[in-house]
Amino acid sequence: MLNSIGGWLTDPAHWTGPNGIPQRVLEHLIYSGISLVIAALIAIPLGVIVGHSGRAKWTVSLANSLRAVPSLGLLFAVALWLGPKIASSLAYVIPSVIVLVLLAVPPILSGTYAGIQGVDPAARDAAKGMGMRGGEVLRKVELPCALPLLLSGVRSATLQVIATATIAASISLGGLGRYLIDGLSVSDYAEMASGAILVAALALVMDGILSIVQRTAVSPGLTGKFRNTRDNPPVVTTTARGDASDPASPTDRADDQREALV
Amino acid sequence: MTWVADHIGDILWYAGQHTLLAGIPLIIGLIIALPLGWVARRYSKLYGFLIAGSGLLYTIPSLALFILMPLILGTRILDTLNVYVAMTLYTLALLVRTVADGLGAVPDSTRQAAVAMGFTGMRRLLKVDLPLAVPVIAAGLRVAAVSNVSIVSVASLVGFPQLGYYLTDGYQRTFPTEIIVGIVGCVLLALIFDTVIRAGAWAITPWQRVAR
Repeated sequence: MLNSIGGWLTDPAHWTGPNGIPQRVLEHLIYSGISLVIAALIAIPLGVIVGHSGRAKWTVSLANSLRAVPSLGLLFAVALWLGPKIASSLAYVIPSVIVLVLLAVPPILSGTYAGIQGVDPAARDAAKGMGMRGGEVLRKVELPCALPLLLSGVRSATLQVIATATIAASISLGGLGRYLIDGLSVSDYAEMASGAILVAALALVMDGILSIVQRTAVSPGLTGKFRNTRDNPPVVTTTARGDASDPASPTDRADDQREALV
Repeated sequence: MTWVADHIGDILWYAGQHTLLAGIPLIIGLIIALPLGWVARRYSKLYGFLIAGSGLLYTIPSLALFILMPLILGTRILDTLNVYVAMTLYTLALLVRTVADGLGAVPDSTRQAAVAMGFTGMRRLLKVDLPLAVPVIAAGLRVAAVSNVSIVSVASLVGFPQLGYYLTDGYQRTFPTEIIVGIVGCVLLALIFDTVIRAGAWAITPWQRVAR
């Protein structure tokens, strides 16, 4: 079985043309990317407003309760409802993107909301005390402080979107899901499993990239790395001194030996 | 509505299948997650490894995991065991972290008081740490239950019978009623799971009621 999957994946015929792996990966990334950008454009401002003002919290709970709706059902319902109304090649793309956006909004919204709401009031007051205006406080203090939670919302939205874009192949959307659904319909296990491996790999790579983004984008003042060096200056200096004296000791010893020889 | 009345027997059967496919992995997942979460909390070197490992499982899209299961288990593509194992893995992915965090959230003063009263090792874990972690674990269990119900419906694409059948069949036959039945059924089932878990947690944490 493994041999047939290896054979499928390494077959040059599967690496070119409109049904080739590079093309399918690209489609998968484009649909997912478009949906995530639209979802972020909706969810981040909304989360900021709700988190900042503390009003309209129902939008967050509404979005969260949407998570109980099975994504497959949402996909089929929207496709059946909108599909016939769109008379073009986009008949499958638009319903899919709508569903992907609907699925990506809740995690980003609740992440942004929780992040903004959780900003230390003292930090906010300090920013105001330093003469920052509302917009400045938001850009320079609240958003950077909310970034860890906001980004973890984006991360889980990305996984959700990549997984659901795979399922969307069952309503004729392109992308890597094609191999799974097409392979299933003709009982070609090698094709299905190869597609599944590719989708899993894509999801893992995207998650890895986002975790790196998360690590680099978040201010060092929040991750604790910065605080450690500031809070314990004596410890730092002692280790520094210790380090400095260590390389010196062999020379000392060498000197001693020389003296002994002399 | 007449369609629903005519097919109520089938609907209930599919709902029963759905409950099994989502519920049994939830229970097995919890049983495995408890020791793993404890190990993750106890040995801080393993914490990162276990959390990252279980998180990685959740990264794999459900349809892909269902299809890859036969490769790992040596089962046939339509063996229900595939769904049970895949769902258990997803449950684990969510719960290992929850259990570790729940045990970690037990206040230090409480732990010290327990030690002073003579609670040691296993007895302290079972009598003090674990009961106090119940609210956190229950919250994680609720998230896992709702997500399991939703993910199981995807298995209908491969051909496993449960409420997701109404979604695929309704789409293929352009019959919206069936899709609505599938969606409403899944949401109701998620709600039932949620209520049961909440009631269970409420019943075994009487001190929470006194405190509030």
